[in-house]
Amino acid sequence: MYDSPPFMQPPILPAQGGKNRFLIGLFSSHVLVPVLRWRLKLQVIGGLCSGSASSGGPSGAPSAAQLGTMAARLAVSRWVAARAAARRGPLVSCWRWSSAVADTVYDVVVSGGGLVGAAMACALGYDVHFCDKKILLLEVGPKKVLEKLPETYSNRVSSISPGSATLLSSFGAWDHICNMRYRAFRRMQVWDACSEALIVFDKDNLDDMGYIVENDVIMHALTKQLEAVSDRVTVLYRSKAVGYTWPYSFPMADSSPWVQITLGDGSTLQTKLLIGADGHNSGVRQAAGIQNVSWNYDQSAVVATLHLSEATENNVAWQRFLPSGPIALLPLSDTLSSLVWSTSHEHAAELVSMDEEKFVDAINSAFWSDVNHTDFIDSAGTMLHYAIAFLKPTKVSARQLPPSVARVDAKSRALFPLGLGHAAEYVRPRLALIGDAAHRVHPLAGQGVNMGFGDISSLVHHLSTAAFNGKDLGSMSHLTGYETDRQRHNTALLAATDVLKRLYSTNATPLVLLRTWGLQATNAVSPLKEQIMAFASK
Amino acid sequence: MWGSRKLISSGSRFLGVRRSGCRVAQADCPRSTASAGLEIGKSKILCLVRAHFRVRRWNFVAVPSHGRRVYSENQLSWTLPIKPWIFSEYRIMWFKSCKMTFVCFNRMKSYRYPWTRLYSTSGTTVDSSEVKTFLALAHRWWDEQGVYAPLHSMNDLRVPFIRDNLLKTVANHQPGKPLSGMKILDVGCGGGLLTEPLGRLGASVIGIDPVAENIETAQRHKSFDPVLDKRIEYRACALEEIVEETAETFDAVIASEVVEHVTDLETFIQCCWQVLKPGASLFITTINKTQLSYALGIVFAEQIAGIVPKGTHTWEKFVSPEMLESILESNGLSVQTVAGMFYNPFSRYWHWSENTSLNYAAHAVKSGAQEHQVPAESVLKEETEELQATASTIAGVREEVKK
Repeated sequence: MYDSPPFMQPPILPAQGGKNRFLIGLFSSHVLVPVLRWRLKLQVIGGLCSGSASSGGPSGAPSAAQLGTMAARLAVSRWVAARAAARRGPLVSCWRWSSAVADTVYDVVVSGGGLVGAAMACALGYDVHFCDKKILLLEVGPKKVLEKLPETYSNRVSSISPGSATLLSSFGAWDHICNMRYRAFRRMQVWDACSEALIVFDKDNLDDMGYIVENDVIMHALTKQLEAVSDRVTVLYRSKAVGYTWPYSFPMADSSPWVQITLGDGSTLQTKLLIGADGHNSGVRQAAGIQNVSWNYDQSAVVATLHLSEATENNVAWQRFLPSGPIALLPLSDTLSSLVWSTSHEHAAELVSMDEEKFVDAINSAFWSDVNHTDFIDSAGTMLHYAIAFLKPTKVSARQLPPSVARVDAKSRALFPLGLGHAAEYVRPRLALIGDAAHRVHPLAGQGVNMGFGDISSLVHHLSTAAFNGKDLGSMSHLTGYETDRQRHNTALLAATDVLKRLYSTNATPLVLLRTWGLQATNAVSPLKEQIMAFASK
Repeated sequence: MWGSRKLISSGSRFLGVRRSGCRVAQADCPRSTASAGLEIGKSKILCLVRAHFRVRRWNFVAVPSHGRRVYSENQLSWTLPIKPWIFSEYRIMWFKSCKMTFVCFNRMKSYRYPWTRLYSTSGTTVDSSEVKTFLALAHRWWDEQGVYAPLHSMNDLRVPFIRDNLLKTVANHQPGKPLSGMKILDVGCGGGLLTEPLGRLGASVIGIDPVAENIETAQRHKSFDPVLDKRIEYRACALEEIVEETAETFDAVIASEVVEHVTDLETFIQCCWQVLKPGASLFITTINKTQLSYALGIVFAEQIAGIVPKGTHTWEKFVSPEMLESILESNGLSVQTVAGMFYNPFSRYWHWSENTSLNYAAHAVKSGAQEHQVPAESVLKEETEELQATASTIAGVREEVKK
């Protein structure tokens, strides 16, 4: 029972040629044009488009020349819009700056104090080359003080990859998290509801594949680290930026070259670089006029904290793809797990409002019931399974069942809508977007916040090198380096997640067959699995 | 001043040779400021006669006896009044060869100021045609994608080059402000493209440029940043004009993309020498004078691709690394590094390269005061030993006499 069949929504990757040509252009323009953003001569774009199919453009696309002209047209239109937008400070009436003002000029202002924004401010504050620079973090909400860790676990958790853990430990936040609570998991089993196919990820040497940490715990660790470096990083709580004024790209006579930010209380700040980390409805991104490709999935995610029937080692993450959407069980402790169930809006509303026993039954049957199996698919799957066993007799992974759920924490059920979003440009002169402001993804791969932390690693690396070279921090030369780095990685991950979501949202036999065989084959090829794990744990 | 000879008499035979050599040279003296570079380029002859000193190695500067010497129009010649008993305070090095005349001379600090007074300051190194070229583009400096994009991009090479070589001279540096405490002079700073990064790294920088509009642009640009405003000072003048007041005050002098625009390289380097502290560094980036640099640097870059505005460079004024090295060495600056640079016009990034046939960067160090002490000590030691020896013999004689 899914709402819209996959072919109704435009795919990112071209399934077929003709009618998706516009979107191919749009997609490739996300990758090619930002990379070539400053070579806006049409012939260059056309010429380089035909030569640079490797930069993420889909293979088997329609002719390169059409691609080039499509991208070029979009590039020019966006460039024109960008130049026009660069002049506007949409919410502020007076936008020509007089040279009389002498506000502090901050070196970096991070707009948005969530997980990614606070981590960015922390990372900059602890960077050795930012010793004498002024950093400001703007957060709309109040300061959250956590005197004592509550007994009950929060229902919002994140899966932290080893790469993100390295970033957090580079400025000392990971130690605080370790002192509070987290759960490492060593294996991940992902299987289908419509067949027996499954895939198991684990590291050979039994290293931790990832960590499940509550968002509140991460936030508290970041706040503590920010307080420790308060001589360099100033945090303004309860301050909302209501307007932004962008500088001219070419230095004009008396206009300030910095970004002007107007706060809700009327005060203004100037900064050399504005980093937008304000979530998927980013005000910074809208004010800059950056185009954002986004659509809503007709799915909402239900989260809850569950108590298991019996205490187990609980270091495995479970995910099953139901036709209505994936359901995942993430370990929190020996007896507790966190639920993330993406399903249709109606079903999600039902789940949140039904009583606890029915809710628990629904969860257990979602994981255990084989009602969606069909004989045809079963036999096809078995056939391939024997073939693989014949070729690779050593490794046979039998399907394991997740632990059963006994009850759910009261008041821990919540739901939130899902969607996909990707900003066409991550950077503008004196502006960079990180985290959900730049990309929003389905939680099925557990990559949302990890992509944000990856953005932080890359941006801090580029800014640190720029600061050590005495460069102007808002200069496009190093910001485009960050954009190229991250757009390549994020576009691939977003595309893959979207494709997986659509592929698994159907009951139709050919697609089920395809994904059954595909999953079994991928499970059999260890190097491929290792590549996937490496990519996802960056 | 640097063009004039300092004659040291310690033997009449040398004197005879030198004087005649001098007269011959002065008779040959060419000289318009613009053609000087041409002659240097054509004949690769080095201008001679400086006060300079080095302990560790002999400094050879060759002047073929048939060669021409090049002097600036305004230079005065004079002889240093040397009194024989001050000789011991001077370290002298002699270079002899049958065909060449070498003179090397070290001057003490106390005699530096008299020389500067006699030095002419009428803009000898500034070429007015170059001034006109840069005047037209004075407001375009800070457009990173505009005319000066290659220079903006060159900062990725030259700032680390300068920073790392300066950091080698200090034991430890402040993180965040690695160059703090250093005084740097940026000659030909233009719009301040290189001055500002150095200011951000903590140095206090003085940027000079003969084109007043450039200085205006630079002033305006730095005025928006309160930190840079304090650390950077701009002046519209030529190097010769500030030599007097800023003698021996700078930890580094940077002449980036400048020496291919000056009229008299010798004078320019001498002025740089004067304003440097002992042991301080001189950084130069410029373009080599080769066929390749003509083809790529002038024909392709200026006329075909428009990477560089037309008329910016004249091939005759390009300086090869060998020529530059010899001028530097003869002026008391020991060359530490010469590295080639290469600009990729498609990616718009610069790269270091083994090949110096296009652009290159050079780092030279002014010999330090400590190095000068050793021979003095050795000279003094010999004398004291002699005195002690005589004293002991006298004492011995006295004892004998007493006995």
